[in-house]
Amino acid sequence: MEARAILAATGIFAHDPPSMREWADFTLEQDDGGAVTLSLSGPLRVASIGDLDVRIDEAVGEVSAIDISKVQEIDTTGAWLVANLSDELDAGITGASDQAARLIRAVGKVRSSEEEFAQPPGLIERTAAELGEIIVKFGKGTVEAIGFIGALLIALGGTIRHPSRLRTKALVHQMQLVGINSLLIIGLMSFLVGIVIAQQGALQLKEFGAEALTVNLTGRLAFRELGILMTAIMVAGRSGSSFAAQIGTMKLTEEVDAMRTIGVSPMEALVIPRVLATMFMMVVLGFYASLVAIVGGAFISTIQLGIPFMNFLERIQEVVPTYDMWVGLTKAPVFGLIIAIAGCFHGMQVKSNSEEVGLRTTQAVVTAIFAVIVLDAFFAVFFTEVGWG
Amino acid sequence: MNQDSGEYPIVVEGLKNAFGTYVVHENLSLKVRKGEIIGVVGGSGTGKSVLMRAIIGLQIPSEGRIEVLGRPITEVAPDEEIGVRSRWGVLFQGGALFSTLTVGENVEVPLMQFYPELSPALRKEIAQLKVQLSGLPEDAVDKYPAELSGGMRKRAGLARALALDPELLFLDEPTAGLDPIGAAGFDALTRELKETLGLTVFLITHDLDTLYEICDRVAVIADRQVIAVGTIEELLATDHPWIQEYFNGPRGRAAKATHERAAGMDKPGQGGA
Repeated sequence: MEARAILAATGIFAHDPPSMREWADFTLEQDDGGAVTLSLSGPLRVASIGDLDVRIDEAVGEVSAIDISKVQEIDTTGAWLVANLSDELDAGITGASDQAARLIRAVGKVRSSEEEFAQPPGLIERTAAELGEIIVKFGKGTVEAIGFIGALLIALGGTIRHPSRLRTKALVHQMQLVGINSLLIIGLMSFLVGIVIAQQGALQLKEFGAEALTVNLTGRLAFRELGILMTAIMVAGRSGSSFAAQIGTMKLTEEVDAMRTIGVSPMEALVIPRVLATMFMMVVLGFYASLVAIVGGAFISTIQLGIPFMNFLERIQEVVPTYDMWVGLTKAPVFGLIIAIAGCFHGMQVKSNSEEVGLRTTQAVVTAIFAVIVLDAFFAVFFTEVGWG
Repeated sequence: MNQDSGEYPIVVEGLKNAFGTYVVHENLSLKVRKGEIIGVVGGSGTGKSVLMRAIIGLQIPSEGRIEVLGRPITEVAPDEEIGVRSRWGVLFQGGALFSTLTVGENVEVPLMQFYPELSPALRKEIAQLKVQLSGLPEDAVDKYPAELSGGMRKRAGLARALALDPELLFLDEPTAGLDPIGAAGFDALTRELKETLGLTVFLITHDLDTLYEICDRVAVIADRQVIAVGTIEELLATDHPWIQEYFNGPRGRAAKATHERAAGMDKPGQGGA
């Protein structure tokens, strides 16, 4: 192997830290006839070329030959540079060693056609184009979301007609992930929310001498609004995001495709258990959160307002109408449905790369929380209108 | 510095790799000579990829010493700068391209990492060159990995591995999943690179054609060790049952016949480099 011998002899593989690196360089020599020779020297390797191409471009005009006899080492990058220069300057290459000649030939084979890089469009054009893209994407997204909900309904219908197709194991597993595993954090959050409502409420109500109404405020808010809403936000952040990330990754690794080929419907195996588990668990968690919030309110009232703990709870029974609980429990499964659909839908939309998994996860959480809050406003008006104010 | 480092870019001594109680390698030793293409074979699950990961420092072995280009890889943290990462190129089984970057940008990553002084224009040109050298069409440079087929992804991975003209090239099943024409092209490319650049190639493969066509030596992993290293003829002279079955099975015989036919037709220039 002659090439190898040359390489070994020239120490081509010597690798020095940057400060000690020997850089490639060039000189221009003019002979008697006025012909200019561009003479390259030093190691012509990717590690030592640096900005040689720029410097040559700036310094060199007419050149009749490129002499590379002083080049000690060369790799494909160096060969590319030499071949490119020879093309650009229309100059012949002299003094090439066997290895250099071979490399230059090898890169010459592939560097035939060179295209100009397309000029990027101007700011106005780009803005318009991006705006258009966003609108088109939004339109497509809406159509896809409707399609997804339709597919979900069909799958749900199928599950109702053939209950044996329901994946109970997956359902129970999801119920544990969504519900049981979040009991602690949701409990803690609700307890603190209860404390804040009671404490801040008491402060304001004191102005009117109506401190006793703190109980009404805490109890009704907890059941109607905050217990459910805060739980929905927490579940969207915990479970909605994990649905999107998990299903998205499964799409990337073609697991979802593999399921389809085996005849397992991803809707039935992945989406329905998550949707049902979230809907059911939202009801349970929402109720639980409301109770814990009231306990939190009772706790702070005992300390700050001097209302005994048990009295607070008894008063709750008197001042909170039962329909307040129904208002909360009606909203809970709807919020759960929205969160689960947002998570699964965005997960299913992942197509090509890992960045998309992240983007879709974010979108799943943002869409879910936004939709939950909008719907909550509608519900507030609706229930007041039907007399459950 | 090991005195062998000039002659042996990769030295593995007494390697032991274990996952929990499951021992993959025990007392495994291997020396790779400079400028050779060494093929690593072994049944599925014998730890060929684990060996490669250990050599490139991604898998910390339980015991043993590994030296790459004279530097002990077993004694440093996985991300520590030890001056060998700019001197090797690695092609992972699935290509392992960065999915959010185009093929061209993927090739530019090592260039930017190690040689930030290169001008952006030259860097782009080098990327273009490497992409074409690895046998991809020109327009592949601006494509994203998701838009490429499995075989093309592999070639793009090779382009990235070759970005720095490394001395050492690690290939993990480069021809698996390629069509026969593509696989033969890949073999020819590997050989060409080895001969023009003096590369040392560590090649994991199941492709018997590749073994016959381009490997100077073959290392066989079985029973948690490298049980034999040598040319295929030397290996055939041993009477280890796995080796015999591997090379003398129906597929082995077919590959051998092809190789002999090809050698008879055009006498490939073994020493013509």
